Amino acid sequence: MIQCSTVQCSGQEVVERRQMEVDKVVCLPRLSRVAVCGGTHGNELSGVYLVRELLKEEKKAMEEEEEEEKPVSVVLVLSNPWAIQQCRRYVKTDLNRCFTHASLNGPLSDSAPYELIRSKELNTLLGPKGSPEAVDLVCDLHNTTANMGLCLIAYSDCDWICLHTFKHFQRQMPDIPMRYIHFDVPKEESYSLDSVGKHGFAMEIGPQPHGVVRSNIYTAMKFGVQHMLDWVRFFNSGTIIEGGFVDVFTMVKHIDYPRDSETHNIIAAIHPQLQDRDFCLLHPEDPLFQTFSGETLRYKGKEPLYPFFINECAYYEKGIALSLARKRRVMIPAIRVQTEQEQQASEQGFGSEEEE
Amino acid sequence: MSAYKNSVCFNEARRVAIFGGTHGNEMSGVTLVNLWVKNSAEIQRKGVETKPFIANPKAVEKCTRYVDTDLNRAFSPENLSAPGGDDLPYEVQRAQEINRIFGPKGSPEAYDVIFDLHNTTSNMGCTLILESSKDHFNLQMMNYIKKAITPASCLVLLNEHPLLKYSTSRSVAKHPVGLEVGPQPQGVLRSNIFEAMRVILKHALDFIELFNEGMEFPPCTVEVFWVSERIDYPRDANGNIIAMVHPNLQDCDWEPLNPGDPMFQTFDGKTIHYQGSGTVYPTFINEAAYYEKQQAFVTTRRETLVASAIRKA
Repeated sequence: MIQCSTVQCSGQEVVERRQMEVDKVVCLPRLSRVAVCGGTHGNELSGVYLVRELLKEEKKAMEEEEEEEKPVSVVLVLSNPWAIQQCRRYVKTDLNRCFTHASLNGPLSDSAPYELIRSKELNTLLGPKGSPEAVDLVCDLHNTTANMGLCLIAYSDCDWICLHTFKHFQRQMPDIPMRYIHFDVPKEESYSLDSVGKHGFAMEIGPQPHGVVRSNIYTAMKFGVQHMLDWVRFFNSGTIIEGGFVDVFTMVKHIDYPRDSETHNIIAAIHPQLQDRDFCLLHPEDPLFQTFSGETLRYKGKEPLYPFFINECAYYEKGIALSLARKRRVMIPAIRVQTEQEQQASEQGFGSEEEE
Repeated sequence: MSAYKNSVCFNEARRVAIFGGTHGNEMSGVTLVNLWVKNSAEIQRKGVETKPFIANPKAVEKCTRYVDTDLNRAFSPENLSAPGGDDLPYEVQRAQEINRIFGPKGSPEAYDVIFDLHNTTSNMGCTLILESSKDHFNLQMMNYIKKAITPASCLVLLNEHPLLKYSTSRSVAKHPVGLEVGPQPQGVLRSNIFEAMRVILKHALDFIELFNEGMEFPPCTVEVFWVSERIDYPRDANGNIIAMVHPNLQDCDWEPLNPGDPMFQTFDGKTIHYQGSGTVYPTFINEAAYYEKQQAFVTTRRETLVASAIRKA
């Protein structure tokens, strides 16, 4: 009988466990409910149009009574309808920063911004965050103006569901450049919509201007969502899914634009030699910015790092010209879905899972 | 004395304006104008007063195309004469103010030239926008610019279509010149796009200086893309878009589109073909701002215009 353990891990103390688990099959609970969310930012249109299209298909399937026994229930959500209607990133405040425990559990004043109200609605629909009722997996659809290809962005570098999904994408979509980005933020401080589910990630595809639908980007996202749902069904079917390795890009820091000390306006643009070179290693002294008078400003860090989110429109106001990541290879174990008995056994001990 | 028959005389162009931020999220123009407001050395030319101007400051502040209504459609005679003051939409009030400063539109007091700086999400490269096929001054300027930046290219779009022509902010001047550079996402500043726009303006101002000094420009021909038709996205009964620009057409601004060529792709993957009667040259393909204006792209036809010789009066 294979020894199973439900492993919840965070951060760095995982290395030892990983050594042991490379030969073991990790058993994880069934993924019964998956949420696909578009329009968390109202002007990132691939997700908006894709969710609308999936809602149409779902409606049609129900009308035609194509009620096959689906092991996965898919919740389709247009996250920020008011921002979608206005084709803006947000109305009052960035919805994708409203999902901290503090925001979700805090009181709602009469003058609360629209997105804060909406985040609580979404938490009721897909969460509550941190509880056993939360959906098993949230896939939050985004676009970026940066030349990033397809990126899966997650808070964890040891969430095997997310990592295996990524490996599946790589196998099924070999022509699309793709990367796994890890934001090393502790679970308690996670702030985005995908943190509401037991597992979650953002599927970020670029480059695409905000307010535009590019057919190649839409198609990539459509296939991405399809492959994700196929993988979830495959996982749920009980097959052992082989392990392997994934190259993970862990965010290290952001760099802001150089700004005028008085007006705070930017005084340089991303250097032409850096523009569109997401994930091309940036070395110390490589060009970073070009001032409007033509001077080159160079990267002064000591360590070569991988740039991404280079010249993302929405980040000007957040003070981010580009982000930088370290790359490392992560070994992922074989996994399979828990049997019903295993699931019951582990649920009885649910309260103690978080302690690991 | 002119060296040419039928040489057309124009007054010296003494008052020139450069508008940035007619659309508040088109960043090249906003950035250039802000730079020049601080230090205008680069745009000064002998005998010319060149005024850099942020056309829609509220929209620039919010980094949005417009606040109430599109400023670049607001300069109609009705709007310019509308009473109502503060009750009018912001951009209509602003249009009236701009008309006071740089116009009045159609009068002898109007500015000689206004350059209106724009960006587009379409892959249009550098495009000069002409509003009249009979503006020989502008035609000569555009010919000069095209020659000056060779081998780089700068195409001329002529929008003289009686229905599709619109009341632009630059139309206040005697010689309105639109400058559209793409592709650039709204709200983003790309240094290559910024530099391209800057170079074109440099040549445009050089032309004006040469003209004012008395240079006579011989007759020339200018190839233009003449706006023909606006093509909207396929929509369902509720007005929702049901297809995207086809991957074969995406980014192919200025390339021939033949009857039968793929034009749109529905969200479930079907191709919709171009059904026109002849070859056209599409542009403004997939411009973000035009989704709400029911425009996926415009078709143009290629024409060669003849510009008379010009010199100053």
